[in-house]
Amino acid sequence: MSDSKKNKVMKKNTNPWFEAWRRLLQSKIGIAGLGIIIFLILVAVLAPVLAPYNPFEQNILARYKAPSSEHLLGTDEMGRDILSRIIYGSRISLQVGLVSVSLALVFGVGFGLLAGYYGGKIDMVIMRFMDIMLAFPSILLAIGIVAILGPQLKNAMLAIGIINVPRFARIVRSSVLSIKESEYISAAKALGAGDLRIVFKHLLPNAMAPLIVQTTLSIATAILEAAALSFLGLGAQPPSPEWGAMLSDARSSLQRAPWVATFPGLAIIFGVLGFNLLGDGLRDALDPKMKNV
Amino acid sequence: MINYIIKRLLALIPILIGVAVIVFLIVHLIPGDPAQTMLGERATDEALQRLREQMGLNDPLPVQFWRYVKDLLRGDLGRSIMSNNPVSAELAQRFPATLELSFFAIMFAVLVGIPAGIFASINQNSWFDNLSMLIALMGVSMPIFWLGLMFIWLFAVELGWFPPSSRIGVGLDFTPITNLYVIDSILQLNFSALKDILHHLVLPAVALGTIPMAIIARMTRSSMLEVLRKDFIRTAYAKGLKRKVVIFKHALKNAMVPIITVVGLQFGVLLGGAVMTETIFSWPGLGKYLVDAIYARDFPIVQGGILFFAGVFVIVNLIVDLSYALVDPRIQYE
Repeated sequence: MSDSKKNKVMKKNTNPWFEAWRRLLQSKIGIAGLGIIIFLILVAVLAPVLAPYNPFEQNILARYKAPSSEHLLGTDEMGRDILSRIIYGSRISLQVGLVSVSLALVFGVGFGLLAGYYGGKIDMVIMRFMDIMLAFPSILLAIGIVAILGPQLKNAMLAIGIINVPRFARIVRSSVLSIKESEYISAAKALGAGDLRIVFKHLLPNAMAPLIVQTTLSIATAILEAAALSFLGLGAQPPSPEWGAMLSDARSSLQRAPWVATFPGLAIIFGVLGFNLLGDGLRDALDPKMKNV
Repeated sequence: MINYIIKRLLALIPILIGVAVIVFLIVHLIPGDPAQTMLGERATDEALQRLREQMGLNDPLPVQFWRYVKDLLRGDLGRSIMSNNPVSAELAQRFPATLELSFFAIMFAVLVGIPAGIFASINQNSWFDNLSMLIALMGVSMPIFWLGLMFIWLFAVELGWFPPSSRIGVGLDFTPITNLYVIDSILQLNFSALKDILHHLVLPAVALGTIPMAIIARMTRSSMLEVLRKDFIRTAYAKGLKRKVVIFKHALKNAMVPIITVVGLQFGVLLGGAVMTETIFSWPGLGKYLVDAIYARDFPIVQGGILFFAGVFVIVNLIVDLSYALVDPRIQYE
């Protein structure tokens, strides 16, 4: 092995992120969660190949067909194949999770950095505002926002993003406060580093570990919240194969065709479980101190 | 302690004002005309004009806000578009149903979750521990409305053990007083009604309580495990104390603070969950009413309902904070 290669390997092994990745791969729940998420992503990407039927195609002659070799998970009131709808629905759930949590992440991190770094009045105004948002039971605030904006998947994602902002802001702020006064930050300032450099080069990387954990767990709750909104008719609208919306359709046919309600629910549990498991695994891997908290 | 309570109550005022402002802004700052949204696309100009005037939408925003605050301080939340009754009266009429449901749900969650967590912690890594933690993990990943649907399908439709909806059977001789049906039926010594009411409560309360139960069990277990490893527990055993005394008197008491926190936090989840559970079980409470008001675009109700839920949530959080001192005398408030 040449010297430069050796150095590279040495460097890699001492990198905390590499160390965390190694720990994640050792944790059973982390691996299980990662496996579920990779599976979901593959299903979403390969939906046109995997789905045996067109998820929107109605067939009045095949209404409420019980699960069989022809329709593995049965059909719904319009004779649509439930398996195909669940497969396509994975695209919507992943999209909701990613879009709404990205939104929360961008604004939450921004507010958290501003509040933590500048302190004083800015901190007070921002954090009081966050406290007020946390004074609402979160799903109710989302319901309120969507009720006013109008029932659409786009608005549901926006509402879910908004209600998740305070959690991210709090994490970033507390992490910034804990290291703002450290000597190396003073040193960076003494060397003439500007605010932006300090914030993005020193403060933000320190908040990364809890942020990654929170992001993963928030995707799980975002999928649940979106399903709840769609179930109430406030999110994805028919004939969208969103999992929560599929459950909403199933209410009237519980007696006749319980499978219409069963499988989309199991799909939601599966997807949410994946992100929850990965979140738990990441928490153990990134910060062993946070274990069991 | 009393000083601390007063201080905390005073600190609530800005939060509640903030909540009121946000609710006002949600309704008024969003682009579009609330009157148009309420009446729909095909409303006539006169109808729109009448509604705008009735709601004071023609005034400048600061004027509207001032009027809203003044009304709010007098407990006036406006009038429902659907019924034209005062919003506060409509909410007050339905709140007992939600309170009753939430109370039984949290009772179920606590009475099952805490013992399950304790049992799992003293038998760590047993089959019971693994099973209960698996259930807890499923619980946090499960949509509450799906659980409700499955309960209805299994226990009402298939097995026929419980009624699938509403608070009381039709044709029963019962007059509500406080709208807390359980209490009303006991006050009237009407035991046939009480039996029917409890029978109706089981499914929705268990459905609403299951997810909090899972989370409480998980928290109880990890909090107990942490305490059970401490030196004073070993000392207690060494003193020759009975296992029961060590677990309940020494360990549980010290593990209580995080458990209370999570029970309090779950109450907020419960309020949100009530919206879904009530909708599924046709439970005539505040949650279902709020959803109905959204469908009917009855904004005064939506605005008042969300405000009310937030108020309850904030007060419950305060009670949780204050209760720490009761279980842990080391916590002192200044």
